[in-house]
Amino acid sequence: MAMEINGTRHANEPRPGQCLRTFLREEGMLGVKKGCDGGDCGACTVHVDGQPVHSCIYPAVRAEGRSVTTVEGLADGDTLHPMQEQFLDAQGFQCGFCTAGMLMTASTFDDAQKENLPRNLKGNLCRCTGYRAIADAVCGTGTVGMDDDGARAGDGQVGDSAPAPAGRAVVTGTARYTLDVDPADYPGLLHMKLVRSPHPHARIESIDASAALRVPGVRAVFTHEDAPAQLFSTAQHELYTDDPDDTRVLDSVVRHVGQRVAAVVADTVAAAEAGVRAVVVRYEHLPFVLDAAAALAPGAPAIHADKDAATHRIADPARNLVAELHSELGDVAAGLAAADVVHEATYRTQRVQHVALETHASIAHIDDAGRLHVRSSTQTPYLTRRALCRVFGLPTDQVRVVAGRVGGGFGGKQEMLTEDITALAALALRRPVQLEYTRTEQFTASTTRHPFTIRLSAGARRDGTLTALAVDVVTDTGAYGNHAPGVMFHGCGESLSVYKCANKRIDARAAYTNTVPAGAFRGYGLSQMIFAVESAVDELAARLGMDPMEFRRRNMIRDGDPMLSSAPEPEEDVLYGSYGLDQCVDLVADALARGSARYREAGMADLGPEWAVGTGTALSMIDTVPPRGHFAHTVIELLPDGTYRAAVGTAEFGNGTTTVHAQLAATALHSRADRVAIAQSDTDLTDHDTGAFGSTGTVVAGKATLAAAQDLAGRLVAAAADITGVPAADCVLGIDAVACAGRALPLAQLHREAAARGLVLRAEGRWGGTPRSVAFNVHGFAVAVNTGTGELRILQSVQAADAGVVVNPRQCRGQIEGGIAQALGAALYENVRIGAEGRVETDILRQYHIPTFADVPRSEVYFARTSDALGPLGAKSMSESPFNPVAPALANAIRNATGVRFTELPLARDVIYLGLVDASAGTLAGSSAGSPVGSSVREQV
Amino acid sequence: MDMNTIEELLPTADPAAWRPGDAWLAGGTVLFSYGSSTLRRLLDLGAAGWTPITVDADGIELAATCTIAALYELPDTLPQRLPETDAAPPVWPALALVRQCCDAFVASFKIWNMSTVGGNIATGLPAGPMTSLCAGLDGVATILSPGGGTRTMPVAELVVGDGLTSLAPGELLRSIRLPAHALAARVAYRRLSLSNLGRSGVLLIGRHDGDGTFVLTVTAATQRPVQLRFGTRPDADALDADALVRALDAAIPVSLYHDDIHGLPRWRRDMTYKLAEEIRRELLGGGESAGKEGRHGHGD
Repeated sequence: MAMEINGTRHANEPRPGQCLRTFLREEGMLGVKKGCDGGDCGACTVHVDGQPVHSCIYPAVRAEGRSVTTVEGLADGDTLHPMQEQFLDAQGFQCGFCTAGMLMTASTFDDAQKENLPRNLKGNLCRCTGYRAIADAVCGTGTVGMDDDGARAGDGQVGDSAPAPAGRAVVTGTARYTLDVDPADYPGLLHMKLVRSPHPHARIESIDASAALRVPGVRAVFTHEDAPAQLFSTAQHELYTDDPDDTRVLDSVVRHVGQRVAAVVADTVAAAEAGVRAVVVRYEHLPFVLDAAAALAPGAPAIHADKDAATHRIADPARNLVAELHSELGDVAAGLAAADVVHEATYRTQRVQHVALETHASIAHIDDAGRLHVRSSTQTPYLTRRALCRVFGLPTDQVRVVAGRVGGGFGGKQEMLTEDITALAALALRRPVQLEYTRTEQFTASTTRHPFTIRLSAGARRDGTLTALAVDVVTDTGAYGNHAPGVMFHGCGESLSVYKCANKRIDARAAYTNTVPAGAFRGYGLSQMIFAVESAVDELAARLGMDPMEFRRRNMIRDGDPMLSSAPEPEEDVLYGSYGLDQCVDLVADALARGSARYREAGMADLGPEWAVGTGTALSMIDTVPPRGHFAHTVIELLPDGTYRAAVGTAEFGNGTTTVHAQLAATALHSRADRVAIAQSDTDLTDHDTGAFGSTGTVVAGKATLAAAQDLAGRLVAAAADITGVPAADCVLGIDAVACAGRALPLAQLHREAAARGLVLRAEGRWGGTPRSVAFNVHGFAVAVNTGTGELRILQSVQAADAGVVVNPRQCRGQIEGGIAQALGAALYENVRIGAEGRVETDILRQYHIPTFADVPRSEVYFARTSDALGPLGAKSMSESPFNPVAPALANAIRNATGVRFTELPLARDVIYLGLVDASAGTLAGSSAGSPVGSSVREQV
Repeated sequence: MDMNTIEELLPTADPAAWRPGDAWLAGGTVLFSYGSSTLRRLLDLGAAGWTPITVDADGIELAATCTIAALYELPDTLPQRLPETDAAPPVWPALALVRQCCDAFVASFKIWNMSTVGGNIATGLPAGPMTSLCAGLDGVATILSPGGGTRTMPVAELVVGDGLTSLAPGELLRSIRLPAHALAARVAYRRLSLSNLGRSGVLLIGRHDGDGTFVLTVTAATQRPVQLRFGTRPDADALDADALVRALDAAIPVSLYHDDIHGLPRWRRDMTYKLAEEIRRELLGGGESAGKEGRHGHGD
């Protein structure tokens, strides 16, 4: 048996049931990625005899005698393949986990195939980019700037579209993600597989591991008897007390189908799987509840009844109540009574999954000194270290957590989902232990967005004044309360405070159910609440016969207005560092008007009798930093060769913060971004970093980096003055030298001479995440709805963003496009469905459709021109928030087109069709999603 | 994904070699996609050497191991596949369905390099496009049995439910014959999906044979293929919209509509009626061509 891989003969024999993907990785081709392991995502695409195939479903033995090319073999030595160059030029990636597959697919395309990318790229899923940048890359159209200066790479200072530093590594398949490690670094590596509960709620009576331990290669089986008693939350926050302590590494009670029951550790994945099948577990079934409202009702089985409210920070364990919020500003009843129109409806948002292409994974090992090292796919290495210390009773200096390049996060990796169990095994066995989630485990046993049920009442006067806004919210946190309080509180924050309204009421409760836990998800509660609030605002406007944007202009906050949701006083540390909501609203309104004119002029306004057309909009606000502290620390130094190295804590998962940090430092140092190397996401590098969540990569970590770089710039000038004797005022820092009264002192020489004098040219910067500012996103759609089939066509998609000073326009645009695409999936079809017995039914990507190239329209992206007084060099956050206004804008466009208000997500074609049928039949009460409304405002596009 | 319980990969196409714990390995795109925790051996058809496509005046025979990629090329390569005779080459307008059905795969063209016609049918999915194609063209499957026997069965009857076929353990799908009378027919194709280029929620194929027979094959919408056959006079000619509705009512009980994430049964049912009527009008007349409005759902 032999095959040729990238021109080299490989003689190893694949196992009979082995797929080509794992064989290639065993042969060292770590650029071949696993996104789904089921043939759906295309991340593993390689060429066999020149033909592109998905190596995860290609029997390895079939490659015998053939020639295989992986991404590592695409370039000709140092000369990149044209497609690799194009992906670099257009930056056709964010996290880069899908890039190898994209390249190996697109590099086979002829011109005809490039003409039809929806068809020819539908076997390649990207969760980050929204595909626009990929289209530009595949077609070689390079960077398409959104305005004249949008595409300028420049020196890579603030405002330039500097390329991602990892670009070349990403397109050559050499970027190292979590499991892309050299086996030689982990001698004796063991593999873990988990026994998972088939029951939604049960007490474990016994676990018999004897048969499993007899399976050849199985080294150990861990159960709740081996697990520390310390309860914790998988959620990671600066203050661990933000989340309830309700989780054990392995528990004696299982509370959802898919919960860990036991961990089998073996020499190979195959042996671990065999061990899992051999473990015998006896369960005592317990009553279960799958619905949040039912869980809060009297008599429901109490899922965490064994815990104490105060100790474990659960509002009321006996009632499955994790957290609650009740507030009223003004008098809602009076506000509704004073209204000319009142809208009352119940809005529902579904479970959705992050579907980061890289699944959760970690490797834990103990070094010779006895220190625990964990390499993990995480957004929060420092907090995960702290959580591991707390769970296992280890001192901080005895644990190191490192994240390689992370293959997508979206909030899903603001959790400790694998690190605790691999650490447990490594600590017990003193050998390296790896756990890699399957795609199915991602769906059934990681986390989802919190489903919200929102009973909303809102009223407005004929003059367009919002008189009352009241929400009664129930969130479903699933079996564990990770992020339950935070998501509930945050969801009810900016969604309501963006409107001036004298009378606001919030009743919110977060409930446990026996379902897969919900957790942090892009938007952190806002996307759910904004769906309801923006739908309601639109509905009120429609009933008033007022243009919805005009209605918003009358009621949205203006610069300086108090931002109020639940408390009578605004949050002390949330300030208008800048305000661009008014610009965003105008930008979207103008773009929709231009779009409408374009269709008219092209004679495409009338799509035929079955098509109803309409437009819809929605706005959103987000605090630029999470509350209660978000810390970052940067150490930056001049290197002997005259370049810089900045050590930052924050992780890179495609959000582009590495580029941003290099740009901020380059700007402060009058340098170029490519002269600033960034080391990151390793707890040994800096003192602390709260993590890459809450949209903080730029505004918190970036601020620390900017401070460090500014300090260092001063030190460099001072040192140059000291060395040359020229007054500091006459010394000017440049790209590679300090100009001292006309004489250039090269930075390398500066380093040398400073070192000779015992001077270390290094500086530190810190930022604590407060005060905070606000960022805005407004989305607009023009749609056509086929009333005969329910098909929805997006004729125009527009988003305007107030990101302050845009550090990197190309990257920021990419974040927005990616957010829109992900939000379209959640708006249109993504749905983690749970069956009657609590099992997740949509457990592979063919059952959980995420947007493909064919599904995502090109969006117009516009930026407000603002500069933030609080963010680094005027910048604001722009990572979660583009997601938030998309679903309501779409529902509002459908309402405008059809006259039917849809109150439930997702809005798939079948749901739209049936909603229209039911509405015309007049069966509004109790209809699944749609309800007809009276005076509809129709607008021809 | 790795199939870690597999102990042996045995190159064979002989059903006598089959024993419990074995699975036939064609393209592998289904087996390796879903994985297994019970299978012990894969019987590898990769070396069976079956001619993928054989064409004669009576029709087309597709080997079960014919890849989708090879099938996709068939319409372009038909002339050179015909045996050399003096007779005029057949005119088979129904071949237009081949590419339409290939494009109905949710899987991309890369998968087509591996996955096979037989594998798709044997998987028995309601939305299996090869089931749609072969059932719609009155395809007849040849099945080899472990005992050494051979039997034939219409593809429309081979798939009996969601993921269920009438293949007995160890039986091997050898080939599908598409008869000339169906290939020579006028055909109409309609498909809807919840997402652009996504999995079929409803797929209907209509056929108007030279003898006047009208055949409507419903797949994807229903748990198994449903075929409505209206013979020559007076049936097909007299088939008006109401008669079609009555026929659909009779042929498809509500419980037979498929219920999964790819479409609610009520939607599938209504779309079946809508598309069936479009096809009736297109093939049997009685109104304007429905071709234009029938293109919803193809994504563009």
